[in-house]
Amino acid sequence: MRHPRGAAAPVTGVGFFTDSSICIGCKACEVACKEWNLVPEDGLRFLANSYDNSGGLGADTWRHVAFVEQRTEDGVRWLMNSDVCKHCTEAACLEVCPTGALFRTEFDTVVVQDDVCNGCGYCVPACPFGVIDRREGDGRAWKCTLCYDRLKLDMLPACAKACPTGSISFGPVEEMEAKARARLDRLRDEGVAGARLYGTPDAGGEGVGGTASIFLLLDRPEVYGLPSEPATPTRELAGGWAAAAVAAGALVLGVAAAVLGGGRRR
Amino acid sequence: MGSNMAEAHPVGFQWVMEAKLRGATVIHVDPRFTRTSANATFHVAIRPGTDIAFLGGVIRLVLERERDFREYVVAYTNAAQLVSEDFRDTEDLDGLFSGWDAEEGAYDPSSWRLTDERDETLRHPRCVYQVLRRHFARYTPELVERVCGVGPADLLRVADALCDNSGRERTSAVVYSVGWTQHTVGVQNVRSAAILQLLLGNVGRPGGGIMALRGHASIQGSTDIPTLYNLLPGYLPMPHARQHPDFAAFTRAADPPGGWWGRTPAFAVSLLKAWFGAAATAENEFGFDLLPRITGDHSTYPTVLSMLDGSVRGFFVLGENPAVGSANSRLHRLALAKLDWLVVRDLVEIETATFWKDAPEIGTGELRTEDIGTEVFLLPAAAHTEKDGSFTNTQRLLQWHHAAIEPAGDRRSELWFFTHLGRRIRERLAGSTEPRDRAVRALTWDYPTAGPRAEPSAEAVLAEINGRDADGRPLRSFAELRDDGSTACGCWIYCGSFAGGVNQTARRRPGAEQTWVAPGWGWSWPANRRLLYNRASADPEGRPWSERKRYVWWDAAAGRWTGEDVPDFGAATPPDYVPAPGARAELALPGTRPFVMQPDGLGWLFAPRGIADGPLPAHYEPDESPVGNPLYEVSASPSARRFDRPHNRRNRDAGRYPFVLTTYRLTEHHTAGGMSRFLPFLAELQPELFCEVSPQLAAERGLVNGGWAVVVTERSAIEARVLVTDRVRPLQLGSRVVHQVGLPFHWGSRGLARGASANDLLAIVLDPNVSIQESKVATCDIRAGRLRP
Repeated sequence: MRHPRGAAAPVTGVGFFTDSSICIGCKACEVACKEWNLVPEDGLRFLANSYDNSGGLGADTWRHVAFVEQRTEDGVRWLMNSDVCKHCTEAACLEVCPTGALFRTEFDTVVVQDDVCNGCGYCVPACPFGVIDRREGDGRAWKCTLCYDRLKLDMLPACAKACPTGSISFGPVEEMEAKARARLDRLRDEGVAGARLYGTPDAGGEGVGGTASIFLLLDRPEVYGLPSEPATPTRELAGGWAAAAVAAGALVLGVAAAVLGGGRRR
Repeated sequence: MGSNMAEAHPVGFQWVMEAKLRGATVIHVDPRFTRTSANATFHVAIRPGTDIAFLGGVIRLVLERERDFREYVVAYTNAAQLVSEDFRDTEDLDGLFSGWDAEEGAYDPSSWRLTDERDETLRHPRCVYQVLRRHFARYTPELVERVCGVGPADLLRVADALCDNSGRERTSAVVYSVGWTQHTVGVQNVRSAAILQLLLGNVGRPGGGIMALRGHASIQGSTDIPTLYNLLPGYLPMPHARQHPDFAAFTRAADPPGGWWGRTPAFAVSLLKAWFGAAATAENEFGFDLLPRITGDHSTYPTVLSMLDGSVRGFFVLGENPAVGSANSRLHRLALAKLDWLVVRDLVEIETATFWKDAPEIGTGELRTEDIGTEVFLLPAAAHTEKDGSFTNTQRLLQWHHAAIEPAGDRRSELWFFTHLGRRIRERLAGSTEPRDRAVRALTWDYPTAGPRAEPSAEAVLAEINGRDADGRPLRSFAELRDDGSTACGCWIYCGSFAGGVNQTARRRPGAEQTWVAPGWGWSWPANRRLLYNRASADPEGRPWSERKRYVWWDAAAGRWTGEDVPDFGAATPPDYVPAPGARAELALPGTRPFVMQPDGLGWLFAPRGIADGPLPAHYEPDESPVGNPLYEVSASPSARRFDRPHNRRNRDAGRYPFVLTTYRLTEHHTAGGMSRFLPFLAELQPELFCEVSPQLAAERGLVNGGWAVVVTERSAIEARVLVTDRVRPLQLGSRVVHQVGLPFHWGSRGLARGASANDLLAIVLDPNVSIQESKVATCDIRAGRLRP
């Protein structure tokens, strides 16, 4: 159960478990996401970074497969992992959105309404994972909707549907977490030393109240381009609001004084 | 081996990942560390073109340690048979088998024949088992290291893993893909795997076999119902003008005493009845005279060379982009410019249709648009989502697909195109008395059409392929086919796919509602049999080799074969069946002979005929190689087909082109790019041609990651972006280091993602059996920078 800030009671939400240990790097998730959600081309650039020419998540890439080449004692290891929006329990993007364009759905996912978004861009620096982004030439903010329209029709998200190896699973977050823990146990039994979870309330998700996108990684998150200690920046506002209230009060007084004083001058 | 299954067949690779999750060991032997290697249990890096040396090393270890599945080998293979006294091995003749005709550049296989004598102890020096042992005796771990760049520890690890996982209780499978065939020794690469799998008892048993992954969807189907010049449907040979003067000569050639090919006359007559209907009668040999004849090798490459020479004037191109996708694509573009007319049917305007205005040769001035006389017809094709039809995939499984939407605009299905083209041609020839028009006029051409575009019924075509009896009833099995003209069948191996008038290929019973063999999903040829030669899953007495691997077995009480699959054998033919003298076809095989398509019913460790380049695989260097052959004086395959001419020069000087070039596909693009480079979602994933080089080679040649390089061969020079990666390894061959350059081949001058075509660099050098090009290995040089500064 996740308890998003502001929700009256804990919510049973849905989300992903992305198991990088069985990702074959086919990018079917990237393509299926774009086809279903009509996400435009993100630039025809050769990045000379292994087989990654998408670069990272952004307004025009909502699933992104990272390719990490590592030298090992007896050769080379090639890690692949499909990154996606975390749909945080404490979603900073949503919390800073002044228009209400970002909202929490009945599936406990976080979605931008493109007809409400005014392109202010507050959400962009707020996201601790660098996921949400404004689209060039459009100005509005875009990101993974966790296929909100498909969920309403009881369909799997496009990426999970297209994934040939089952690296991307979809279901209730509790189930995803249990599946991730079972898989981790098995890999540890097999002696895969670097295996770890990411995005759970106790591993990588502490700073955002847990996520709806749990990952099983084979190395440190930074290796895949994921932040090691992501935190919702609005958490810092608890103290900040008190200071702001004082400041606001002072401002009101000042304005009142000015108005009154001005009046006197007239 | 020779497969990048995760990248080229990601959907099929899910089952490899599933098997791995269940504990299977996945070994990837391949020159490159690919996405397949990344997901394998372990990867063995091998120099391109040395697969026979590697597998020869494994076979030698199996034989020296006697790790073969002896009962299987003795009973089901030709190991015990004695080879003719006239036979001489490559070990005796320094790289040549007996029967070599230097003038013809080909073998006379008569000295390779097997005698009727057997030695089931496998000790006789002339028995196949001992011939095999001597043949591979020099393929030691040390030699494998020197040839392949694979250390002894890796070789032993592979051999042990395979041996430990084979036998009564366990089976291992070999997967190869098109890349393994794209060598001058492509067929012999596959033969090596066949020998190994037969020795280990891994054929005809669940979990075993050799899986040939095809290049794309339904390429299996395009050989079953062939687009190949030398085959008729169901692997019947195309008649040859001189060798097959009449029907009797034609069927005699393809009519050995034993096995199902013994029914060739019934298969061929039924095919002729399907094609020519009432015009096919016993009096006119069922219209055998109406079939076209071949006179030599009319495969793709010799045809394109004939175009260049001016003797082929017109060209149909469907679902192919030779200006990008064929070896020596530059030569192909020059040949296209010599044609009178060219018809291209494709989803998009591919390079083959636009060479006359935007080929690289136009840019260099080598070709000038105003000088090209080729009249080009570009016809838009419907995609698979816009038409009904079947896919036949690698495991011989036919699966029906239904049109989801109508093709937009002028797009039409291939079925529409050929049905209506045929109809129009037949209308024009209706009054013709020309002998050459007889065949077209005699064809049955009455496919029902429907809808505003008069789309022919694909199911009607499948029904014709399935076949009918004299009363028009759909046939159930190829066993019903007759040679008296009473049955018609468009492809004998597909007989039964429309049994009962029901499209069996459209069946989609979920896996959970049937057995693990899933016979209710689609339909597989022949006879909906999921595992070929499954008689071998039981011992000679008909009992399962083990409980764990039981599949098809003899039920003595019921007097028939039973089990999980359709038995490969006459269901009531007992294991102790002995054929009567004069018995023919399948009835000529004893009850212990599982390989029912072979005339002797045995798995051929030693191939006494039918293979152009020898009865056993031997290591030959690729046609272009930076090193010599340490085994034989004959360095490269003597039988390979070579075409020495301008634009197709072969490198004979290892010093000039010191590096090994290999070409390949990426998961993000589809072959020559027609289906991927024009789509933004795919083009952006791999937007430009790049070459992959090791950090060592990059340092040696001043190549910078993300920069540019020029790759040069004896044929051409192209530029590519540079990707420096540890995944490409310099190979240590004894004291010598050999560098590799890798190039994906998807790009061309059109589409969203553009780049040079790697195939421009390759020569047309062909395997002598199947005329496939050696596109997996050549020699090259590489320099930093661009072609034109």
